[in-house]
Amino acid sequence: MTYSVEIKQLDLAFGSVKVLQGLDLNINEGEFLVLLGSSGCGKSTLLNCIAGLLEITDGQIYIKGENVTWAEPSERGIGMVFQSYALYPQMTVKGNLSFGLKNAKVPKDEIEKRVARAAEILQIGPLLDRKPGALSGGQRQRVAIGRALVRDVDVFLFDEPLSNLDAKLRVDLRVELKRLHNQLENTMIYVTHDQIEAMTLADRIAIMKGGQIMQLASPDEIYNRPRNLYVADFIGSPSMNFIEGHLEGGNFKVDDMVLPMDGYEFVAPQTADRPATIGIRPEHVVTGELVRNTPLKFSVDIDLVEPMGSDTLVYAQLGRHPFRIRMDGQARVNVGETIEIGVDPSRASLFDKATEDRL
Amino acid sequence: MAVTDTGQTGAGAKKPSPLFKNLTAKIAAIPMIMTALVVFIGCTLWTIYHSFTKSRLLPAPDRWVGLENYERLWSENRWIVSIENLAIYGACSLILSLVIGFILAALLDRKIRFENTIRTIILYPFALSFVVTGLVWQWILNPQLGLQNVVRGWGWETFTFDPINNADIVIYGILIAGIWQGSGFVMVLLLAGMRGIDEDVWKASRVEGIPAWKTYIFIVIPMMRPVFVTALVIISAGIIKVYDLVVAQTSGGPGIASEVPAKYVIEKMFTSQNLGLGFAASTMMLLSVLVVLIPWAYLEFGGKKNG
Repeated sequence: MTYSVEIKQLDLAFGSVKVLQGLDLNINEGEFLVLLGSSGCGKSTLLNCIAGLLEITDGQIYIKGENVTWAEPSERGIGMVFQSYALYPQMTVKGNLSFGLKNAKVPKDEIEKRVARAAEILQIGPLLDRKPGALSGGQRQRVAIGRALVRDVDVFLFDEPLSNLDAKLRVDLRVELKRLHNQLENTMIYVTHDQIEAMTLADRIAIMKGGQIMQLASPDEIYNRPRNLYVADFIGSPSMNFIEGHLEGGNFKVDDMVLPMDGYEFVAPQTADRPATIGIRPEHVVTGELVRNTPLKFSVDIDLVEPMGSDTLVYAQLGRHPFRIRMDGQARVNVGETIEIGVDPSRASLFDKATEDRL
Repeated sequence: MAVTDTGQTGAGAKKPSPLFKNLTAKIAAIPMIMTALVVFIGCTLWTIYHSFTKSRLLPAPDRWVGLENYERLWSENRWIVSIENLAIYGACSLILSLVIGFILAALLDRKIRFENTIRTIILYPFALSFVVTGLVWQWILNPQLGLQNVVRGWGWETFTFDPINNADIVIYGILIAGIWQGSGFVMVLLLAGMRGIDEDVWKASRVEGIPAWKTYIFIVIPMMRPVFVTALVIISAGIIKVYDLVVAQTSGGPGIASEVPAKYVIEKMFTSQNLGLGFAASTMMLLSVLVVLIPWAYLEFGGKKNG
C-alpha cells in the first residue's frame, strides 16, 4: 500500500543545530494528521520540509509514492495555508485564487470553474471582487484555504491556520475545516499548538518535542493511554495530576497509602519493583455518591474553587500533594472543606520515574 | 463606567474644555508650528512677493515691476540650460536610483552571506558629502587621471569617456556621481520595506510556483508602495536642490553646460546681487514642484474617501 505522504529518516540541521533527527512518519490516504507540540518543537519545520520550503539535510520524502525530496514546492502536489493568511493584498479575492493558476497556464474556463467551485464550498462567492483588506479574519482565512483548494491537490498543509483568529471564530472555522475534510477526503496535515484543535480534528495526532515524535496515535489513545509523561502532561486541560511513589507487587505506594492497581492495563507485565509516577486526570476523579463504587478512595482538603459554569475546578491537597479535581458545574463545595474522592485505577496512567515511559 | 458616573459631582463631573486637553503636547509643538509658519510659509510668501520687485540687496524692498523678472529669466539661455539639465538629471536619477536601489535590495534580500558588510559598502557613499562626491568623480572622470586613462593604459587606445569636458554629456557625468552617492540609501530604504513583508507571502507564492521575479513585480512591489513613496519624496527633494555636487564637480562647466537652477538662484542672489531675479527663479522652482505635488497629493489623499 502506498501512503499519501511518507517521510523516511528525515534530518534537518541549521548549522550545528539539529532541528529534526531521524524522523519517520507515514500518513495514510485521506487522513487528517495533526502535528501538535509547544513552540520550538519542530512541528512547523517539519511541515515546511514536507512542503519543500526548507531544504532538508538528509532523508527522503515521498508524496503519493513519488520521491519529492528535491522537488520544488509547486511540483509536489500540495496546497498550503498559513497562519498569517499570506494573501496578496493588492489583488481581489478572485485574483488571489486565480493568480497561481494563471501562472501555471491553466486554461481560462478551467480557472473559472475551479474558482467557482472553491467559492461555493467555502461560501466566499459574494466576496470575490473584494480586496483582502476589506475582509474579516475568518473570511481571509477562508480565501487562503480557497487558494489551496483551487490547486486541485491531494495533500493540504495547514500551518496554524486558526491561531490568528479570535476564540469564537476559531471554533466556527474548526468545525468548517472538519466538514471540509469530510467532503473532500484529501490528506490534510495540520500544525497547531492548540490541543483542542488537535483532538477535535485529527484522525491521528503526532505529538512532537525537541524534533522528535513522542507519540503518534488517535486522539482517543493519546488522551487515555499517553505513552509517556510528556504526552500525559501536554494533553488535557487542566493537566493531569502526578504523584510520585513506588510500584511494588502491582500496588502503587505513596507515603503511607497503598493503592491496589487492579484493572490497570500494563503495557508489559510488571515484575520488578520500581519508583513510578501515577497520573490521574482531574476529570476522572469522582465525588459524592459515586465514590462508594470506586476501588480507590481518598479524602482531600480544598484549597481553592474555580467555578467555570459548565465545570467547577477544585484545587485540593491530597496529603502533601496538590491535586486538581474537575467537578460538575452544579457542585457546591467550599474552601477549607474536606471531601471524599474516588479514582478508578483503569483510567489512571502509570509511568516509570526514570524513563518517564508508560508502564 | 458611564452608568456608575451619572449623578456624581466633583472634579471629574464637568467636561473639560478641549483647549486644555493635552496641554503639554500643545505647548511643546508651538516652536515647530512657529517655525513652519514663519520660516516655510512666511519666507515663501516674502520671496514670491519680492520676485515681482526690482530688489537687488537685502533687506530693502524695491519698486514693483510686475513680471519683468520672469520675462528676463526665461529669455536667459543660462536658465533654459539649467532647467533642461535639471529635467535630464531629475528623470534619470529618479528612475535609475529607484531601479538600481531596488535591484540591490532584492539581491541583498535573498539571504546572502556577508549581508551587513555588503550593505555597509554600498551605503558608504551616502556618508560622503556632495562636495567630496563631486571631487572624487571629477578625478575619476578626468581624462588624464581617471577612468579613460586607465582603460587606455590597458591597451584600448581609442577609448573615450570624458563627460566632464564634453558639454553635450557633462550632465551625465554628474548623474553618475549622484546615483553613486544616492542609490545606496534607496537600497537601504527599500530593503527595510522588503523585510517588512510577511515571509509567508513568499512561501505562498513558492507553493503556487510563481517565479521570484513575478512575485516581486506583482506582489512585493505593490505591497511596498508606502516605502516607494517615501523614497520618491526623498530622491525628488535631493534632485531639486542639487547644487554642491555641480559646484564641486564641474562648477557648471564647461561653459554653462552643467548649470542647474539651484546654482542659478544662489549666484543671482549672492554674486550678482539681483535678488528679484533670484527670487523669480526660486519661485519657478517652487512652481515646478507644486505642479508635480498637487495632482499627486490629490490622487493620494483625495481619492482615499472613495477607495
